[in-house]
Amino acid sequence: MGRGWLTRWKGVSLMAAAALLLATGCGPEYIVLNPKGPVGREELHLIELSTVLVLIVIIPVLALLAFIVVRYRDKPGNKARYMPNWSESKVLEVVWWGIPILIIGILSVYTAKTTFALTRPPEADVKPLTIQVVSLNWKWLFLYPDQKVATVNYAEIPTGVPVQFELTADAPMNSFWVPQLGGQEYTMPGMAMRLWLQADEPGRYYGHGANFTGEGFAHDNFWVVAKSQSDFDRWVKQVRSTAPALTKAGYAKLKQPSVIGTAEYSSFPPGLFDDTVWINGGRYMPGMMADVTGRASAGSHAGGSEMNGTDMSGMDMNGKG
Amino acid sequence: MPAGFQHFADTYLMWNEGPLIWMSDALIVLTSLGIVGALTYFKRWKWLWREWLTTVDHKKIGIMYLIAALLMLFRGGVDAELMRTQLALPGVHFLDAEHYDQIFTTHGTIMILFMAMPFIFALFNIVVPLQIGARDVAFPYLNAISFWLFFFGAMLFNISFVFGGSPDAGWTSYPPLTELGFDKGPGENFYLLGLQISGIGSIATGINFLATILKMRAPGMTLMRMPLFTWSVLAACVVIIFAFPALTIALALLMLDRIVGTHFFTMLHGGNPMMFINLFWIWGHPEVYIVILPAFGVFSEVVATFARKRIFGYSSMVAALMAISIISYFVWAHHFFTMGAGADVNTFFAVATMAVGIPTGVKVFNWLFTLFRGRIRMQLPMLWTLAFVPCFAIGGATGVMLAVAPADYQYHNSYFLIAHFHQVLIGGVVFGMLAGMYYWWPKMFGFKLDERLGRWAFWFFNIGFYVCFMPQYALGFMGMQRRMYTYPADTGWGTLNFVSTIGAYLMGIGFLFIVLQVLYSIKYGERDLTGDPWDGRTLEWSLPSPVPHYNFAVIPTVTDRDMWWVLKQEGRTEELRPKPEEIQPIHMPKNSGRPFLMGFAFFVAGLGFVFNWHVLAALGLLGVVACMIARSFEYDDEYQIPVEEIEYTEAALGRL
Repeated sequence: MGRGWLTRWKGVSLMAAAALLLATGCGPEYIVLNPKGPVGREELHLIELSTVLVLIVIIPVLALLAFIVVRYRDKPGNKARYMPNWSESKVLEVVWWGIPILIIGILSVYTAKTTFALTRPPEADVKPLTIQVVSLNWKWLFLYPDQKVATVNYAEIPTGVPVQFELTADAPMNSFWVPQLGGQEYTMPGMAMRLWLQADEPGRYYGHGANFTGEGFAHDNFWVVAKSQSDFDRWVKQVRSTAPALTKAGYAKLKQPSVIGTAEYSSFPPGLFDDTVWINGGRYMPGMMADVTGRASAGSHAGGSEMNGTDMSGMDMNGKG
Repeated sequence: MPAGFQHFADTYLMWNEGPLIWMSDALIVLTSLGIVGALTYFKRWKWLWREWLTTVDHKKIGIMYLIAALLMLFRGGVDAELMRTQLALPGVHFLDAEHYDQIFTTHGTIMILFMAMPFIFALFNIVVPLQIGARDVAFPYLNAISFWLFFFGAMLFNISFVFGGSPDAGWTSYPPLTELGFDKGPGENFYLLGLQISGIGSIATGINFLATILKMRAPGMTLMRMPLFTWSVLAACVVIIFAFPALTIALALLMLDRIVGTHFFTMLHGGNPMMFINLFWIWGHPEVYIVILPAFGVFSEVVATFARKRIFGYSSMVAALMAISIISYFVWAHHFFTMGAGADVNTFFAVATMAVGIPTGVKVFNWLFTLFRGRIRMQLPMLWTLAFVPCFAIGGATGVMLAVAPADYQYHNSYFLIAHFHQVLIGGVVFGMLAGMYYWWPKMFGFKLDERLGRWAFWFFNIGFYVCFMPQYALGFMGMQRRMYTYPADTGWGTLNFVSTIGAYLMGIGFLFIVLQVLYSIKYGERDLTGDPWDGRTLEWSLPSPVPHYNFAVIPTVTDRDMWWVLKQEGRTEELRPKPEEIQPIHMPKNSGRPFLMGFAFFVAGLGFVFNWHVLAALGLLGVVACMIARSFEYDDEYQIPVEEIEYTEAALGRL
C-alpha cells in the first residue's frame, strides 16, 4: 500500500511550495503578496511570520507520521518494537503542550502589536488625505471632502500620503478591499468606519467589494489609481473644471441597483456622507461619527435635529482605522 | 394552460426559470413514484411504518440519520459540482447570478446543518449506548422527535429549490441583505424556518445524550473509563446545549423582522445587524467544534484499534476535548475582525483563537504516539484517519494564520478562507465521519463494506481534495473573493480555477465509488459473524452484529478502560456472555407514531410561515400542541420483553 505516500507527500510539497511562494514574493498576479504600501507590507510580514511559525509544528508532524506509518506497519517480519500498553509519558506530554504554547505566545505578541499599530496612520508627519467611500449596489462612490470632487468606481490618490478612507454603505453591507494597498474593512449602512491605506509607488490597483451583496456582486470592482502629488493635483483640477456636478437627484439615481462603469463629478452635495450615515441609522448611535471622523455628529442636513450635536461617546466603531 | 395554473406554476413551481428546475421537478416526481411504487409492490408500507417511522430504537434512528446524511452529502455535493463547473473558466454562463447565489447558499447550509449534523448524530445514536453499556438513550421518545424535527426541517429547506425559490444570501444569512427591504422572496423564510425546526431537534439531542452519558453508564464505568468517542460526544453535547439557543434566538428575531415587521437587525429604528452577526457566530463557531469533536472521538477509537495499542495520553485527550469545548466560546468575533471592532477586541479574539490550536495540536501528537510502537493495519477506517492527520494539520495551520487579526484583513472573504474551512471541515469532519461509518458499519448492518471499492473511493476523494482546494489558497492571494458567480479573464484566475474544478470532479467520482461500494457490499460484502470484525477494544464489539434491539441481555460490569480488549487478552470474554440465571425481563419503550406526526405538523406550520399563509401555520401549530397533549396523557408507554424471548434470541445468536 505504498500509495499512501502520494497524498501525504502532496501535502508536504504543496506546503513547501506555498512557503517558497511567500519567500520569493512570486508572480505579480499574487497581489496580496506584492503589496505597494506600508499597510499591505506590514500585513504581509505577519503572513510570513505566521507561516514560518506554523511550519515549525507542521513539518515534524508530517515527518513523524510518515516515519511511524512505515516503521510500524502490521506486516509479517516487522521487527520494530511493539508496546501495546505503553500509553503515558509525562516528558512527551509536557513537550507537546509546551511547544504550541510557546509558538502561540510569540505569534500573539506580534499580532497584538500590529493590530494596534494599524489603527494609526502609516506615516505620522505627512498630512493625510481623506476619502469618503459609500458602497452602493453594485458600485463604489468616492467623495473627496477637501477637494470637493467625487468619482464612481475609481479613486485617485497621491503616492506617499496616508489616506484615511471613511467607509459606509447605502446598500447591504459590503467590504472595501484593495489587496495591494492593504486589508479590507466593512462598509455598513448607518455606520462610519475608518481604514488607513497608503500607496508608495504609482500604479493602478485592483479593488473589489468583498462581502456578498446580491445579484451584481461579481461585477462590483473598482480601481485605486496612485500617482504623484502633482499629477494628483492636476487630476483634481481637471475633474473640477470638466466634470458635471453630482446632485441629490443624481445620487438618488446612482443608488438604484445597477452595474455601471466609471464616472466623475466636479462637486457633490455638502455633507452627503454624514447624511447618508445619519439617515441609514447613524442617528441612533450619535457618538460614532465624532469618534471616526472627528466631526460633530451628523444630522445638520438630514433634519434629524432631535439628536443634533449631542455626543454620547462610547460607541467604539473605529476598527483598525 | 389555464391562467390560474400558469400563475401557480410560475410563482411557486418556478417553471419560468428554465431547464434546471424542470429537470429537478422531473427527478423528484420520478423518485417519489419509484419509492411509492416499490413500497406498494413489495407490500412494505406497514413494515416502513412499524419498523422505521415509529421506532424509538436508537440504532434504527441512527441508521435513518446516516441515510439522511448521505443523501444530503449527495445534494450538497451536486451543488458544489455545479458551482465548480460555473467557475471552471472565466465568463461562463452555465449558471446565472441568481441561481449561483442560491446554490452556494444551499450548499453551505446543507453541508453544515443537514449533512454534518445528522452524520454526527448517526454515530451518537448508534455508538454511545453500546459503548457505555446502556439499552437505549435516556429519552428514547424525545430522540425520535429530534430525528423527525431534523428530517422535516431538512425537507422544508430542500423543497425550496423547486417550490418558491431557495434562499440566496449565503449560509450566514447576514442582514440587512436578508431583511425584507432587500429580499422579498420566500427563499430566506425557508432558511429561517428549516433551520429553526431542525435546530430544536438538535438541542434536544444535545440534552438527551448528555443525560444518557451522565446517568446511564453501566456499573463500574467511571467517567475516566469511558471510551474517547463517548467523551467527545459529551463535549459536543455541552457545546450544543449552550450554543444552539443563540441560533434559535437569532433566527427567531430575524423571522420576526421579516414576518411581523420588527426592526431587531435593520439599523433603522434602532436595530443593529451586528447583533445578528454576533449571535450567529456565538452559535456558528462552537458549531464547527460540535461537528469536529465527535470526529476526534472517532479517530481516537480507530487509531487505538488499528494500531492494537492503548490510546496514548488518555487524560490529556480528555483535557484537550474539554479545553476545546470551553475555548470555542471565546473565539466567535474572529469571523468579523474587519467589521470595525476595536484593536483591543480584535487582539483578545485573535489570541483566544490561536489558543484553540494548542489542545488540538496535543491531540494530534497523542494520536501519532498511539501509532508509535503499535502495529498499524491499513483498513478503510485507518486509511481515512491517516489521511486526516496531514490534511487537518495543514488546515489547522492556516487556521492559526487566519487568526492573526491584521493578516486576516487580507484573508477575510477571500478564497484563502474558503480553502481553509473546507480543509478542516472535509479533512476533519467528513474524513472522520467516513472513518466512523466504515468502522461501525458492520455493527449496524452485520457486514463489512468492500475494501477494494473503498480504496478507489478513498484515493479519488483524497487526491481530488488536494487538487480542488490547494489552488484556492493561491487564488486567495490573487485577490479572488468568495461568492462571485463569475470573473473576468484578465484577473488571471482562470488556470487555478480550472485545476480546482478538476479536483471537485475527482471528489465527485470518489463519492460515486462510495455509493457503488455500499450497493455492492449489501450483496457481496464480507458478513460479520463474530460481532468483532476489527479486533476492537470497547464494549460494542462484545455484542453480536447487528445488535439485538435490547442491546445487552445482561448489563455488563465494567472494570477497565478498553474493557473488551483486556478481557480478550486475559481470555475472559465469557464474562460478557449472558448467563441464563442472570437474565431478567427487560423494560423497553413502546414505539410511537407521534414523533413523526409532530415533525410533520412542524413542517406544515413552517410552510405556512414561509408563505405567510396564516391558516396553514395555525393548523400546523395546533397539530404540534395536539401531539404534546396526547403525550402528556399517555401512561402506557413501556412494555416488557419476557425472559423466554431474550433467551430465545440469545440462543439463536449462539450466546447462551
